[in-house]
Amino acid sequence: MKAVSTRLRSLAVELWLPVLVVVVWWFWSGSAGLQFYPPLSEILVRFQEMWLFDQFVSDVLPSLRNLLVGYTLAALVGIACGVIMAQLPIARRALEPIVHFLRSVPPVALVPLAILLLGFGPGMKMTIIAFSAVFATLIATLDGVRAADPVLAEVTRVYRISGRDRLLRVTLPAAAPQILGGLQVSLVIAFVVMITSEMLASTEGIGYLTILAQQTFAITDMWAGMLLLGLLGYLFNRLFTLAERRILHWHTGMREQAKTA
Amino acid sequence: MTEVVTEPNVPQQAERRLTIEGLCKTYGSGSNAKTVLDGLTFDVNAGEFVCIVGPSGAGKTTLLKCLSGLLPPTSGRACLDGEAITGPPEKLALVFQEYTRSLMPWLTVEKNITLPLRNKGVSKRERGERTREALEAVSLADSRRHYPWQLSGGMQQRVAIARALAYQPEVLVMDEPFASVDAQTRFELEDLAQRVRAQFGVTVVFVTHDIDEAVYLADRVVVLGSSPCRVREIIPVNLAAPRDQVRTKADPAFTELRSRVFELIRKG
Ligand SMILES: Nc1ncnc2c1ncn2[C@@H]1O[C@H](COP(=O)(O)OP(=O)(O)OP(=O)(O)O)[C@@H](O)[C@H]1O
Ligand SMILES: [Mg+2]
Repeated sequence: MKAVSTRLRSLAVELWLPVLVVVVWWFWSGSAGLQFYPPLSEILVRFQEMWLFDQFVSDVLPSLRNLLVGYTLAALVGIACGVIMAQLPIARRALEPIVHFLRSVPPVALVPLAILLLGFGPGMKMTIIAFSAVFATLIATLDGVRAADPVLAEVTRVYRISGRDRLLRVTLPAAAPQILGGLQVSLVIAFVVMITSEMLASTEGIGYLTILAQQTFAITDMWAGMLLLGLLGYLFNRLFTLAERRILHWHTGMREQAKTA
Repeated sequence: MTEVVTEPNVPQQAERRLTIEGLCKTYGSGSNAKTVLDGLTFDVNAGEFVCIVGPSGAGKTTLLKCLSGLLPPTSGRACLDGEAITGPPEKLALVFQEYTRSLMPWLTVEKNITLPLRNKGVSKRERGERTREALEAVSLADSRRHYPWQLSGGMQQRVAIARALAYQPEVLVMDEPFASVDAQTRFELEDLAQRVRAQFGVTVVFVTHDIDEAVYLADRVVVLGSSPCRVREIIPVNLAAPRDQVRTKADPAFTELRSRVFELIRKG
């Protein structure tokens, strides 16, 4: 009973501001009659017409597919290169300068080149998403693996833990807190680049429809697009945090233990 | 001497298991060079229990790391069964001094113990069996599904010991393994170490700063002096086996030995 009431209270603390914003938005936009701020009720109607589910397959799915493929690629390549660079000093010395150079190039600046090389298709978007997102994960993995406790490295040597076991049960878990931090930054970057690449060079996708709506003065549609993008961004972050909590439960537990001890 | 009167723990024809010859270790180089081990020479026979005592910072851990193939010696060598140790040998297990940091916090106690066995080609069933036995030996059978950080320091140390036991090494190297357990547990673990040695004929190299413990457990005590570390003296301990916490420690020979070791260490 007590647990339920505390749960309710913390939910209330979390939700009061979003609810207030929506309520104020609803009434204010309903009565303001401003050209660029259509009533929220109309936005919701368009939201439902566009996304549920007329343009879901034609535009939402391609966006999500590009994001998923690009991000997965970035995650795999970033973790793999990070581990290799952390463990092979020669790879680190050879690649670290170029990695730091490439990661400081704003990803959007590469869109013109990407269009030239890869055209307007989904391949270009996946590539540019993967390219932009890879560095955060790579650098976090590199740091995480290098910062791992040297005693554990000695344990793996003495007990001759090698190959897959060493990678999956020692190296990666030891660096997992940093890797997940990197993956979260990569996710945010991937999402932003997904939208911008569609706004700059596309004939499909949520970003494309949103910018098209703006250019054709379909202001309500533009708001519906922005609303969807906002919701998706929030949803991805929530899912990520949930996964992170599961993967790092030992880390959280250990830290809480250290605090109380 | 007839073959009947040998002590059960000491093989009659002492077969050398570990030989340490002129072992030197210098950390760093140039002006930062620090010589920690300076020409250590001693050996350990098969099935023998050798305790190493010495002042803090003398170089005991450094010595054990050379023995377990984690650190290459600067000069001299350490051999296991006649072969120079250049990397961690398969038949050797080490209980680290930093026991807390030597356990993987993302694995349960049980998984921490089975992880080294997976590569050794031990079947799944046997892994489970060995883990159960090892945990029972250190009285932690109830904690196998816990994570290390959910356990007290002394319990974590026992997990690290259980991991080494389950590995079933021929040479067991332990770096102050009983340092953070309470007196009662300590006595139990000391007797466990005795039993393991007697039962499996394991060769044990055991670092401790507790002189009573060293004399109680050892067939020979190697006393190290510090800066740089040399073998000060090797003291044979001819107390009757099996040893007993009350009887052995009341033996005048025991008291005499411990005063001797104490004197040697005090002189540094
Ligand atoms: N990696 C290292 N680099 C440089 N110096 C080191 C290194 N490891 C140990 N030392 C130095 O070597 C000396 C011996 O260290 P070691 O850990 O072997 O001592 P110990 O006898 O195990 O001490 P304790 O009883 O406190 O565990 C110390 O002075 C220490 O500062
Ligand atoms: Mg030490």
